[in-house]
Amino acid sequence: MIDLASITAAPKIFPTTHRLTARNRWDHFLARVGVKRGEHRLEPGLYALGNPTPDSPVFVTANYTLSFDALRSALEGIDGYILVLDTQGINVWCAAGKGTFGTNEIVLRVIITRLGEVVQHRKLILPQLGAPGVAAHEVKKRTGFWVEYGPVRAVDLPAYLKTHTATPEMRRVEFPLRDRLVLIPVDITQTFLPTLLAAVVLYFLGGWVSSLAAVAAVFAGIVMFPILLPWLPTHNFSTKGLILGGLVALLFALSVFLRHPDWAWWRQVGQALEFLLAMPAVTAFLALNFTGSTTFTSRSGVKREMFAYIPAMAWTFGIGFLLALVFVFIR
Amino acid sequence: MLNAYEVNTLVYDPELCNGCAMCVAVCPHAVFEMDGRLAKLTNAQACMECGACQLNCVTGAIAVESGVGCAAAMIRAALTGQKEVICDC
Repeated sequence: MIDLASITAAPKIFPTTHRLTARNRWDHFLARVGVKRGEHRLEPGLYALGNPTPDSPVFVTANYTLSFDALRSALEGIDGYILVLDTQGINVWCAAGKGTFGTNEIVLRVIITRLGEVVQHRKLILPQLGAPGVAAHEVKKRTGFWVEYGPVRAVDLPAYLKTHTATPEMRRVEFPLRDRLVLIPVDITQTFLPTLLAAVVLYFLGGWVSSLAAVAAVFAGIVMFPILLPWLPTHNFSTKGLILGGLVALLFALSVFLRHPDWAWWRQVGQALEFLLAMPAVTAFLALNFTGSTTFTSRSGVKREMFAYIPAMAWTFGIGFLLALVFVFIR
Repeated sequence: MLNAYEVNTLVYDPELCNGCAMCVAVCPHAVFEMDGRLAKLTNAQACMECGACQLNCVTGAIAVESGVGCAAAMIRAALTGQKEVICDC
């Protein structure tokens, strides 16, 4: 909320430094494991990094601590201003997609902080990934400030600032293993309870192997899938997930014949089918849900995938689960 | 459907291009390249429909049905009957 006092009073400038403290790192850790999601925020407004002068550059970022800290720590040895937008504690790219890191918020924040009185120049340096929410020419028209899109990653800023031109590499978004790995803990946190619940229910239905199957199918979807993403065959996430889940399910299916050589063939095949039908569906569904975490899926593509594969996932899972129920009674 | 991402909603009209190169600057997947004084659509298949180019194109030479390619958010929107796709990411 904006109250009258904050508009009439002299603009408040918060001090900040390049250095990340142990407390900052602990906050990053909590954000990465998904604890108190949405609460890793800081006060929107204008921050002074080091000892800036009216000629120092102005960088714009989100009020998500991981975004703000990535920016200020990358600017070591550089004095400047950081204009923190109110993105509801969401990172730059996602907030830009929602429009909260957007033209209106920049205009509003420039006015509230009276940035025009703080600096002499008229230039804002934005992270490139803020562009889906910002129309640079609109900002210029409404505030007088030019928007300059800096590199995708804050670490490239020192090199960028030497020439104010970004190399093609600075403009590209990749999705390397490291970036995929850091996403896994949040998904573990979010799937832990439902998976545990499923494992307990399945223990009573089919014993510990069934419990393990549930855990394995989820593990394949949220841990193995992000790691193996570029190497899994086919283009669609659903089919990649089906293949991965199918391989894991195959182990469980084969184990039926090894563990129960004395069973009638139809019971062996029936139980093997349970795993082969239900498990890949779970893994594929989780794989499809990973689309939003990636850096390259289009909305129309994801939609096409959803319509094409979710019914198949539901059917195979349903039939597999039904088989499991049937075999509880037919023994 | 072997590749759901082979086609997308990106449309570009080079006739309207004024050569400002903003699309080249904002695209995270190098979909546009400068070809002399005009932008050229060279890698359309890599488009993720983020909408950055459209929003920053002064002359309206670019159109794309932008949105976030997130199945989790779309499923949630479908289940709760919300029009707008919201997520906590």
